[in-house]
Amino acid sequence: MRHGKYPFIIGFLAVPVALYATFVVAAYIQTFQLSVASWSGFGPIKYVGFDNFVKLWNDDLFWKSLRHNGYLLLLLPIVTIALGLLFAFLLNVGGGSKGGMTRGVWGSKVYRVIFFFPQLMALAIVAVIFGRVFASDKSGMINGLLPDSWAPWLFLADERWALTCILVVLVWQAVGFYVVLFSAGMGSIEHEIYEAAALDGATRVTLFFRITLPLLWGTIQTAWVYLGIAAFDAFALINIMTVDRGGPDGATSVLAMMIYRNTFEYSQVGYASALGVVLFFLTLTFAALTLRVTRRDAV
Amino acid sequence: MTTLTAAVSEKKSQKKVETHRQVRAFNGLAHVALVFWALVTAGPLIWVLLASFKSNTEIFLGEPFALPDSFSLETYISAWDQAHIGRYFLNSVFVVAVSTAGTMLFGSMAAYVLARYTFPGNRVLYYVFVSGLAFPTFMALAPLFHILKNFGLLNSYLGLILVYIAYSLPFTVFFLAAFFRTLPHEIDEAATVDGASHTRKFFQIMMPMAKSGLVSITIFNIVGQWNQYLLPLVIMQGQGADQKWVLTQGIANISTQAGYHAEWSTLFAALTLSILPMIVVYAIFQRQIQAGLTAGAVK
Repeated sequence: MRHGKYPFIIGFLAVPVALYATFVVAAYIQTFQLSVASWSGFGPIKYVGFDNFVKLWNDDLFWKSLRHNGYLLLLLPIVTIALGLLFAFLLNVGGGSKGGMTRGVWGSKVYRVIFFFPQLMALAIVAVIFGRVFASDKSGMINGLLPDSWAPWLFLADERWALTCILVVLVWQAVGFYVVLFSAGMGSIEHEIYEAAALDGATRVTLFFRITLPLLWGTIQTAWVYLGIAAFDAFALINIMTVDRGGPDGATSVLAMMIYRNTFEYSQVGYASALGVVLFFLTLTFAALTLRVTRRDAV
Repeated sequence: MTTLTAAVSEKKSQKKVETHRQVRAFNGLAHVALVFWALVTAGPLIWVLLASFKSNTEIFLGEPFALPDSFSLETYISAWDQAHIGRYFLNSVFVVAVSTAGTMLFGSMAAYVLARYTFPGNRVLYYVFVSGLAFPTFMALAPLFHILKNFGLLNSYLGLILVYIAYSLPFTVFFLAAFFRTLPHEIDEAATVDGASHTRKFFQIMMPMAKSGLVSITIFNIVGQWNQYLLPLVIMQGQGADQKWVLTQGIANISTQAGYHAEWSTLFAALTLSILPMIVVYAIFQRQIQAGLTAGAVK
């Protein structure tokens, strides 16, 4: 009955496996290999052991970039998830009750459609828009809105605030997605639970912390991992928006930016690969830690 | 018994009045917060649209939401012709159309075989595909560049398309394999009894049955590949590459150029042209798009 099974299996797997092996698996394996080599991208590859990692340990820009990644890693998930939960809760549980059912607020569908849109836009295009929104003269949207008597805010040109501007843009783009995601989760919570709690005199704030939050825990966990991984990237924003691509004076440098520059501008392929390996282990550790620390018994 | 019921109902009605007042206050606040975020989301986009009709002087006047003096399409014509936004747009359409089609074909073939056929190495292969989800694309930049160079695929659509497909496979295979596993085995067996070949079963029975999953993941891939910035930046460089740039690269470049030549309204027109089609598509398919993009996180 199962005649010709193997030719079929091989026929179906050949192309996808070949593509994946050539462009993905081989590339990742070579990254590990190159991380212990000195190579400019041309000529012979010289193996130098752990020199790249020693150099990295002594590189101030590396530690600075790592701190910036850490800042984004901490704040991007917290701010985005908090706003996402807040808006999703307002949309779903905000309405009055009718016939014993709490409805969403009026127009909740319209809000959801508007909130979600930025998620569809390429980060590169968002970066170009916000590069202008944050312009440090009157042509910028925010400085244009400020009263004429105020000195213009520098935003991206200010070392102290440049990275926060990047964070704001990342949050701006991500919130809508998590509103929709959390809304879907809240929609699947039985209405009877809310009704029962409301009859017992629970306020909306109590409802949120005692019912919504625990029942959404799994979704929040996923959101945390997604946002954390996004925080390790941010390359498009930093490459397009910031002064000197990572500046001013390294104030917005992140690991991704360092990898790109070392590969394509400084011809330090080995060093870039060592950074890549570090990035890999950081991402992995972060995902594993998140899943472990936030693990809870199923409600 | 009756007194008890009476007491309960009295307490209930008291609570109702109280809840009602509470709900109205809560709803008011909810709308304030929601309208605020809707403005924050839509504001920058409306500002871009308005600025696309303004002259440089108007842009620097510092009234970001003032209506432009006149509505002429001049800036749009120059964005289309001189800034080549039309070409970048069509390049993106071409690349994404071919690569998404390829991703779906090869991804579903691999996923199907891995989900429904037992053979030695099945598990290993599946995990190799899925582990691709854990690796940040960033770490493999340098090796990827050199692999493409060795194949002579740098600065070519073919190279870009193959890389898009390869890097979209992990998620596509992961998602679709889970989907194919849930399809009933009875129909499968009936088709085999009726003498359908493996290939025919896949295209004529399994693919139609998996339609909802295929739609979600197609949307996911279209959006993801349309928004790619890093991969085209790495691959489409070299002689005459600017003719082949995709939209994200093109916009980033126009943004840099606009800085040199102070042609801000052209930049805003280019941005509007690249966002408008997305708004139209989103308006028509918003339900499917929201479902498609959140599908991954819900799984």
